[in-house]
Amino acid sequence: MKELSLHILDLAENGIAAQAGLIRILVQEDPKANRLVIEITDNGKGISEPMLAHITDPFVTSRTTRRVGMGLPLFKAAAERCGGGFEISSKPGQGTSVRGIFQYDHIDRAPVGNMAASLVSLIAGYPEIDIEYTHMYDGRDFTMDTRNIRKELAEVPLNEPAVLQYIQQAIQEELHDIMNA
Amino acid sequence: MAKLSVSDLKNLKEKVSKDMSLREGKAKILVTVHMGTCGIASGAREVMDALMKEMAEADRQDIRVLAAGCLGMCSSEPNVTVEIEGQEPIAYQHMDANKMRQVFKRHVLLGEVQTAFALAKM
Repeated sequence: MKELSLHILDLAENGIAAQAGLIRILVQEDPKANRLVIEITDNGKGISEPMLAHITDPFVTSRTTRRVGMGLPLFKAAAERCGGGFEISSKPGQGTSVRGIFQYDHIDRAPVGNMAASLVSLIAGYPEIDIEYTHMYDGRDFTMDTRNIRKELAEVPLNEPAVLQYIQQAIQEELHDIMNA
Repeated sequence: MAKLSVSDLKNLKEKVSKDMSLREGKAKILVTVHMGTCGIASGAREVMDALMKEMAEADRQDIRVLAAGCLGMCSSEPNVTVEIEGQEPIAYQHMDANKMRQVFKRHVLLGEVQTAFALAKM
């Protein structure tokens, strides 16, 4: 993947495939501590213990269309090749949490990339799922929660093109603000 | 429009619900962007982005966009499937933003299947 935001899109879809209703996405950029943390947590059906032990093996997947699953192994490899690490925890019936830690200035660390595009693709593709997205940069942060947006919009669906355009612009501006304060 | 704000969302809701009541009817066309790991790695997000811009421009209530997983043909990703009511679904392969715009303008809006990019009838 060329951008970490593409991994985030991919991992969020794992949660959706696990019948989650809410996906929490945390991106924590801390250049001073030379650390970048990405965490994706879902409230889906979770992963059983025997499956969890082999979950980053590309030949382990719960999908039936093909026998390989590359999402988690690719994310793990991306974190580990920049002096970071990877953790996954899961409880059947409660959900799964995936965490990647990256050395911020590592030469092999892919850029975070276009988070607004990833978020809007998720909302456009799966309008019934709720997303809570928090982005932190050097101690400043902002949060977007589709549950709040949904409340304000009432009968207007989240995947109306005008709504999606607004969310995309808003995320871009919020990110610009926390990064250029 | 600046940042995510309640007043902006209220204005947006007013405007969009007025537009929505003008455009009646149910969705008759479904466009699916396949966004598995393989699709995302080969550019499905850019395809979805182009599709959303076309949707905003077309302003049609009878077209629905959804994401889905992999079709099982990872080498042909990004894949997009267009289903028009009463017609066979068409799966497109090796899509990018440009091809998506063409498929939207010709196939989705005018009904002309773009055979140059088609993978299969389904």
